[in-house]
Amino acid sequence: MKIKLSLVPYIIWMLIFVIIPVILIIYFSFTDINKSLSFDNILEAGKYSQVFLRSIIIGAISTVLCLIIGYPAAYLISKVKLKYQNFLIMLLMIPMWTSFLLRTYAWMTLLEYNGLINKLLVFLGLPRLNMINTPGAIILGMVYNFLPYMILPIYNILVKIDKKIIEAAQDLGANKFKVFTKIIFPLSLPGIISGITMVFVPSVSTFVISKMLGGGSILVIGDLIEMQFLGNNYNPYLGSCISLILMIIIMICMKIMNSLDTQSNYTEKRTKK
Amino acid sequence: MKSSIIKLENIKVSFNNEVILENLNLNIKEGEFVTLLGPSGCGKTTTLRIIAGFLNPDEGNIFFKDKKINNVPAHKREVNTIFQKYALFPHLNVYENVAFGMRIQKKPESEIKAKVTEILKMVNLVSYIDRDVNSLSGGQQQRIAIARALANNPKVLLLDEPLGALDLKLRKDMQSELKSIHQKTGITFVLVTHDQEEALSMSDTVVVMDKGSIQQIGSPEDIYNEPKNAFVADFIGESNVISGIMIDDFKVSFCGKEFSCLDKGFEKMSIVDVVIRPEDIKVVTPEQGDISGVITSVVFKGVHNEIIIDVNGFKWMIQTTEMQKENDKIGLLIYPDAIHIMKPSPYSSKIGDYSAFSDEFYNEQHKN
Repeated sequence: MKIKLSLVPYIIWMLIFVIIPVILIIYFSFTDINKSLSFDNILEAGKYSQVFLRSIIIGAISTVLCLIIGYPAAYLISKVKLKYQNFLIMLLMIPMWTSFLLRTYAWMTLLEYNGLINKLLVFLGLPRLNMINTPGAIILGMVYNFLPYMILPIYNILVKIDKKIIEAAQDLGANKFKVFTKIIFPLSLPGIISGITMVFVPSVSTFVISKMLGGGSILVIGDLIEMQFLGNNYNPYLGSCISLILMIIIMICMKIMNSLDTQSNYTEKRTKK
Repeated sequence: MKSSIIKLENIKVSFNNEVILENLNLNIKEGEFVTLLGPSGCGKTTTLRIIAGFLNPDEGNIFFKDKKINNVPAHKREVNTIFQKYALFPHLNVYENVAFGMRIQKKPESEIKAKVTEILKMVNLVSYIDRDVNSLSGGQQQRIAIARALANNPKVLLLDEPLGALDLKLRKDMQSELKSIHQKTGITFVLVTHDQEEALSMSDTVVVMDKGSIQQIGSPEDIYNEPKNAFVADFIGESNVISGIMIDDFKVSFCGKEFSCLDKGFEKMSIVDVVIRPEDIKVVTPEQGDISGVITSVVFKGVHNEIIIDVNGFKWMIQTTEMQKENDKIGLLIYPDAIHIMKPSPYSSKIGDYSAFSDEFYNEQHKN
């Protein structure tokens, strides 16, 4: 197979910034502090299985919440008139123009013990709530930050569904509910799957949100990896190993997701035409 | 006398202040093969969508077997549609596509299987039962769309330019296939097309439409032989439409000459439109002809030659098997039975001349 000349810069880029780092991660994973081959890192990482589990659960809950909130939103946006669609999509995008860090800080000031929400509660004569530094706060932060990544791919698929197909289903006797369950939902599966991927992957691996809204009391994989590189117990070998395990877990999850997507390949073929 | 199955009464539809359908009345009888024929933008597809229930008219009533169904939603109507671009469900295979309607009705699996097999046999696609619909050719997809609609046992089958996307050969095959399905099942067919040949060869009744109104309803023979106005005459086949004066019963004058004809009952000395089909004109020498003119173009069409003749600035079309040369002067002989007289209409003098002007008019109409 011939490689096109225009591909060369990308290939070089991928080589330097993707392939080589991955090889380095793999190399470090199986190396100990004395630079000799060892499997100690894997055993060491195994001790953190609680953290892995917690990260995956928090990531999964955030992803499911994003889907539950995002699908109806995407569906409603795809139903309104085209000019309003563009407007609503823009509203969705505007928060993404400000820094991710700033937005998370904003949530801190809202959720704090002396934050805005609690001040409002006190003003109304209600007891204060303990919101910050809880798993709930982390999930809230994730859902807030990653929701657009769920809505956009689903919306993109929904607007591409041919109106005639929906009419054909109505014509054959399907009411609104049946049209949705038998036609719209199955046809939007590819969007759901890319949405889930786009939300689940960053949710599992992020550390900023858990640090800021979890107050460091709830350790997730992202924090754990960061600690190996920037903390007192500097150990890039263990850090690499944990990263590698995380990558493998995510790859397995995506493989499972894609295997659920057997039918929706048809739609992709269609929309490409 | 067969009873009415679908009746449209004073239907009016407008969209963004533009009138799409105006005062439309149509009565479709049970078991009939009706074709709505007209150029694009004439309102024929809108009419079909009203029957299907995808569109509510601004005014007027729709009856199904004498029951008003204005407020019955599409999924509860006993009509099924075959869409222009098939609209098959891309995530379902052939079997599931055809079974879709029955699954909604929660029919038992054994019944569904028997029906799907039976219907796929009817459209000669039974060996494709497990195929992915996206792997089928256009003609096959079309037949699946027909099967899917028929599987629902519709009382009326609506066909929205179903053959528009097929090539000529396949089109002809599908025309006869549809016709035979109509005869086998006895279901009422309502076909929408802009192809006059398709309309004439398939239907029991043709409804010619233009600009949101029905121009004429009749059997294919009536529509062809007795067009009501210049639009119908021009749209159904080729026609020379000339302005003339009805002198008396059986006597009409045009091109500065008096002709005898078979029409009567028009007001004496009134202005009329005269239709003469190109194949009904006999080519003779200038001396023998009723009128004469100069040939401006000859186009070989296979079965015949299509000749355009300039008669005092008005361009006539003639179809003849005789060989003719450009710039020759010839005579035209018109027998009484070749002449058909119509009342003048808004289309008078706009249609019928085969000069550049009428081509412009034609193109303009088809742009919209």
